[in-house]
Amino acid sequence: MNDSNERKLALSHMTVAFTAFIIACFMGEYQVLERSGLIESLGSPTVYFASVSTHGVLMAYVLTTFFIMGFGYYTASTSLNMPVWNKELAWGGFGVALFGVVLAAIPLLSGLASVLYTFYPPVQGHYLFYLGATLLIVGSWAWCVVMIVMFYQWKEANPGQPVPLAMFATTANALLWLWTSAGVAMEVLFQLIPLSLGWSDTIDPGLARTLFAWTLHPIVYFWLIPAYIAFYVFVPKQAGAFIFSDEAARAAFIVLVVFSLPIGFHHLYMDPEQGKGWKMLHGIGTFIVTVPTFMTGFTVIASLEIAGRLRGGKGLFGWIGSLPWTNTMVLAVILSLLMLIFGGFGGIVNASYAMNAMVHNTAWVPGHFHLIFAGTTVIMYFAIAYYLWPILCKKPLFSNNLALVQLWTWFIGMTILTTPWHILGLLGQPRRISSVVYNNLLTLSWKPYELAMIAGGLIMLGSACLFVYLLYKTQFGPATEEFNAQVEYAEPLHPVNSLPEYLNDFKLWNKVIAAYMAVSFGIPILQFFFIGTFDSSAWGY
Amino acid sequence: MHIDPLEKQWAQIVLAICGLFVTLIIIDALFHNITTPGNVETIDSASLHLSEEFAEDNLGVHRDENGNVSVKMVAGRYSFFPKEISVPAETNITFRWVSIDVLHGVHVPMTNMSTMIVPGFVAELQTSFPKPGDYPMLCNEYCGLGHDHMWGRIDVVEKDQWHASKQTTNGAAGNER
Ligand SMILES: [Cu+2]
Repeated sequence: MNDSNERKLALSHMTVAFTAFIIACFMGEYQVLERSGLIESLGSPTVYFASVSTHGVLMAYVLTTFFIMGFGYYTASTSLNMPVWNKELAWGGFGVALFGVVLAAIPLLSGLASVLYTFYPPVQGHYLFYLGATLLIVGSWAWCVVMIVMFYQWKEANPGQPVPLAMFATTANALLWLWTSAGVAMEVLFQLIPLSLGWSDTIDPGLARTLFAWTLHPIVYFWLIPAYIAFYVFVPKQAGAFIFSDEAARAAFIVLVVFSLPIGFHHLYMDPEQGKGWKMLHGIGTFIVTVPTFMTGFTVIASLEIAGRLRGGKGLFGWIGSLPWTNTMVLAVILSLLMLIFGGFGGIVNASYAMNAMVHNTAWVPGHFHLIFAGTTVIMYFAIAYYLWPILCKKPLFSNNLALVQLWTWFIGMTILTTPWHILGLLGQPRRISSVVYNNLLTLSWKPYELAMIAGGLIMLGSACLFVYLLYKTQFGPATEEFNAQVEYAEPLHPVNSLPEYLNDFKLWNKVIAAYMAVSFGIPILQFFFIGTFDSSAWGY
Repeated sequence: MHIDPLEKQWAQIVLAICGLFVTLIIIDALFHNITTPGNVETIDSASLHLSEEFAEDNLGVHRDENGNVSVKMVAGRYSFFPKEISVPAETNITFRWVSIDVLHGVHVPMTNMSTMIVPGFVAELQTSFPKPGDYPMLCNEYCGLGHDHMWGRIDVVEKDQWHASKQTTNGAAGNER
């Protein structure tokens, strides 16, 4: 199959993703520096909050969405062995999303939309920001449509056959994203855009927060699923083993999709506009959604153990040493799992609301999600990029050793950055302040941790630059040899010959989600139209 | 379909752990009142000053005839009103917070006195401070470019001393401003 169009699609999307990533990394390091107060002339809330807003949008929306789309197109085409359906739609989605990013970047960079990537009405930014964000989402819906159509095309052509795991998970993510993005889309279309254009004078902040909470949790799984896909379908192959259980993997993806949606109120634990009972319901769901992650950890470690033993590792832990640590995919998964263990622990603290009250909106929270997102998730994006770039460009990776250095430094930098960040949270430092002006003894104890964070951020910035450099050299360096490798997917230990339909399709699960969402979000949203809430007028910042 | 016995065992362990955590949280919520602020009480942020409860003269610490202590506070860019309060230690205190403008949050570090303050709603919570001391009261939600400067002080005094000081305030119902 001539896959030049698919390769171009994947490369274009991922190039946008990693361009956004490297710009945002520089902003991140500026932010730790500014925040520490070490260099007095840097101190500027105006620049700081413009930077925080841009950093958040670039990392959380641009890096992720473009990476996921590019990776999805290539996964669909290689795992199903068919060309991307409707390439005009795919390229159209890319164009719309990219145009949205450019549109949003104008007010963000000029300080006209310092409302953070979470929007926070009744504070109001420039309408171009909301319009750009909407176009980014609309563009990504084109990707969802293409994935779902390809899924069903393949099923029709291969009746009764299990859909390849990589595509099953990719489609799960496309469906998840359609469900997920609906919340923020409603907030932007019905509340923020009318307000910012002056069509409405007031806004209901409680409703806006509820709609955003709809999106805010499952979006994390939208970002995470490509990492899980790599865990299941790339890692075992690269380590020299098999998928421990193909069926369990499918079940994990299904539970992730179903249960990550109706649990967003754990972001509203400390909010007054939703009742205690709803929060408890969402809290219980939050614990249920940890189950597929625990199962994934088990399966991946089991696959690694099989690999280690096949390679001659003996004893209880001897297999760890005999793993191919110099394989970027294998090294990345080990580091990713380590960060997941600590990040997951922090997540359980946040989910438990007695403890959450102590750390809510403190520095603990960005410490936690940087560990889970920029750590666990993005390190797998790196590994996927190192794996795919040579295949997409048909040139070998510029340097495997430098790639290993890059992964290690990212991990070390992340550890140095997020450990003090968590401690600062326990010491009560709020997140999202640009300087410490409080006149209190307590704040003196924050200083050394802020300085450590600068070092961690600097190591990560260096690592990020090395990553981009490696991709650049791979793509544009002179090719000394023809590189013609193909994507290789791991085989399950026990071949899957037939599957019950509920593990091979999403029709049933969409109905379950619809019912669950109607209860867990439908009623809490409707309440705003019955209890007589008071709107707020718009405020600058 | 193939499910490994080890996998089944692990799934059971995981479910048991989750069940344990959820049970503990529910017990704490139902029996120890360690729960979330979620009273869903609406208020018009634009006319707080006209409301009885949050009129300027009524803000701050109150003690009723039965000795219950409550605190009414207004958050607005970029301060808490009143900016300094004094409360007794080891006493159950009801806090009621409202915003006059945008989103705020308030946290007293190292304690669970924490809530979001969403315009249009009264955020109510109950807590007690076990240790006397001088605590900052920090806005922990981005509310605008002056957010860094939004903070207040809360002086937690030994129970007996606080009550003694209230006795001398000349029957002002413990209203501090
Ligand atoms: Cu504030």
